[in-house]
Amino acid sequence: MTDRFFLREAAEPVLPAPRTTVGAAGWLRTNLFFSGWGALVTVIAVALAVAIFLPLVDWAIIQAHWTGETRAACLDAEGKKAFGACWAFIEVRFSTLMYGFYPVDERWRVNLFAGLTLAALVLPSLLSGLGRIWGTRFLALAVLFPLGWLLLHGGVLGLPMVETSKWGGLMLTLIIAGSGMVCSFPLGILLALGRRSELPVIRTASIVFIEVVRGVPLVTVLFMASVMLPLFLPNGVTIDKLMRAIVGVSLFTAAYVAEVMRGGLQAIPKGQYEAAQAIGLSYWRQMRLVILPQAMRIVIPGILNTYIGLLKDTTLVAVIGLVDLIGIIAAATADPAWLGFATEGYVFVGLLFWVLCYGMSRYGLRLEYTLAKATRR
Amino acid sequence: MSNPIVEMAGIHKWYGDFHVLKNLNLVVDPGEKIVVCGPSGSGKSTAIRVINRLEEHQRGTLKVDGVTVDETLKDIDGFRARIGMVFQQFNLFPHMTVMENCTFAPMWLKGLSQAEAEARAIALLERVRIADQAMKFPGQLSGGQQQRAAIARALCMEPMLLLFDEPTSALDPEMVREVLDVMVELAASGITMICVTHEMGFARQVADRIVFMDQGEIVEISPPDVFFSQPRSARAATFLAQLVRS
Ligand SMILES: Nc1ncnc2c1ncn2[C@@H]1O[C@H](COP(=O)(O)OP(=O)(O)OP(=O)(O)O)[C@@H](O)[C@H]1O
Ligand SMILES: [Mg+2]
Repeated sequence: MTDRFFLREAAEPVLPAPRTTVGAAGWLRTNLFFSGWGALVTVIAVALAVAIFLPLVDWAIIQAHWTGETRAACLDAEGKKAFGACWAFIEVRFSTLMYGFYPVDERWRVNLFAGLTLAALVLPSLLSGLGRIWGTRFLALAVLFPLGWLLLHGGVLGLPMVETSKWGGLMLTLIIAGSGMVCSFPLGILLALGRRSELPVIRTASIVFIEVVRGVPLVTVLFMASVMLPLFLPNGVTIDKLMRAIVGVSLFTAAYVAEVMRGGLQAIPKGQYEAAQAIGLSYWRQMRLVILPQAMRIVIPGILNTYIGLLKDTTLVAVIGLVDLIGIIAAATADPAWLGFATEGYVFVGLLFWVLCYGMSRYGLRLEYTLAKATRR
Repeated sequence: MSNPIVEMAGIHKWYGDFHVLKNLNLVVDPGEKIVVCGPSGSGKSTAIRVINRLEEHQRGTLKVDGVTVDETLKDIDGFRARIGMVFQQFNLFPHMTVMENCTFAPMWLKGLSQAEAEARAIALLERVRIADQAMKFPGQLSGGQQQRAAIARALCMEPMLLLFDEPTSALDPEMVREVLDVMVELAASGITMICVTHEMGFARQVADRIVFMDQGEIVEISPPDVFFSQPRSARAATFLAQLVRS
């Protein structure tokens, strides 16, 4: 019986929340064996996982051949290929996979550049305060990459020259991808702003660029940059092949960055533009101080997605004769001395790419988190 | 008699074929408080946004502090920097603290040092009674606090003219008062204000003149006592009657 009118006389007691599931058994019951079908699916899934996973572990770790200078290390008693991954192959080829044909005595330059780049990416997060300015990392990289080119290429300050044709492997992959990211970022922003411009010439040019570049495969862009660009240059002027690839990759990625950025710009309320205008900011300051810092946070996942795509797409530079990770591994597996170990090679390269992409993805999440802290809405 | 701050003569504006502003004529003297009111869609927002050229007019002449405002105006950003604007939706910059919202424009546009800009900002935040919220982000403040921060941000540029576009319409009723109090104090300081609002108590208290707009026209310009007791136009009378009933 509830009364239609009510007046509280004593406070309601505070009760602990009910515990619905208790312990491991409870967890299993709610998550895995919640019904007959649930139990069946769980059993099948576990069986499949074991069936696939165990042989894989067996091949990759338990029966793997870890050391050895020659192919013989991975052969059985009868001289046939033994079961188990031949990691000795990777070990022998490791330094070529990392540096290509960069002279051994000069490799400290590559390591130095890699260290500086890493510092530029990580330090802003550690030095609080700097982390709030979204451009810090980018500015550091924008300065670092041209300097890095001088360092790696040499020919100045007493550094011996190392032709870009000697660059290869992971180093080349990262240089192409990194340069592509650093160049395509500002270019993409300009294109996105251009696409929203009130000036018809700029708007049309931006739209045409974006739509044309997005409409062709990267292979085509690389091919054009490699084969056709030299035709347009005056006689006697040559651009390094690697440079051409970087230009191609940058322009290609810029179109995608532009579209991601445009989405971010559209998400900023009109009132933000108006307030920035009304306070007397010029167009560029409106963008730099008010609009882009807000848009950046929105577009990080999209930009990162584009950049992960870019990293993997760099494998296409093989078609214009650059020897990136894939190029090195292809050459290595064709070497008669190590015939038959292509699987190990591609598994290793695949794993390397996965580590890089996963690292980028984690780094992006970290950036998002930092920016989110700085732009609480 | 000093020169007027705003002189609108025969201002017309169209959105496509739609005639939003029809022959506006209004002269605002330094220190005057003008309240603009009228039914929704009557063109009030458009009219005050024409003054700092967030909207362009197509006919007529507009002078602000002696400067002719039209497509020949060279330094439009410098011009806007001298006019403060407060919006219905506050439009604070969410990625900056309240303090940064107030200091960044004076630092970038007027070359103030950070210390000077912060001193000025603190003084103004105290005046709008949110100095204790200076280090928070706008998203952490109540609507009333945000609007007062937006007023402080506008004041930090030391404007010669303040434009308000329904500054209390987006606020919960209990916060309207705190914003209006700040605006009343501001009015007493002698700054020139043009304020679109339906807060008739405020209008009665501070306005020198009420501008009543309807369907893109200025229907009536009257002193508040006349406007509220015996509006001279039938349309204003209808509008006031509706306002009282709601
Ligand atoms: N960008 C635009 N394009 C076309 N028409 C517009 C645009 N902005 C406003 N209008 C129209 O112009 C008229 C006046 O708009 P305005 O915003 O100035 O009215 P208001 O008096 O401020 O109304 P409210 O009290 O609702 O804010 C309205 O009919 C509106 O629909
Ligand atoms: Mg309005």
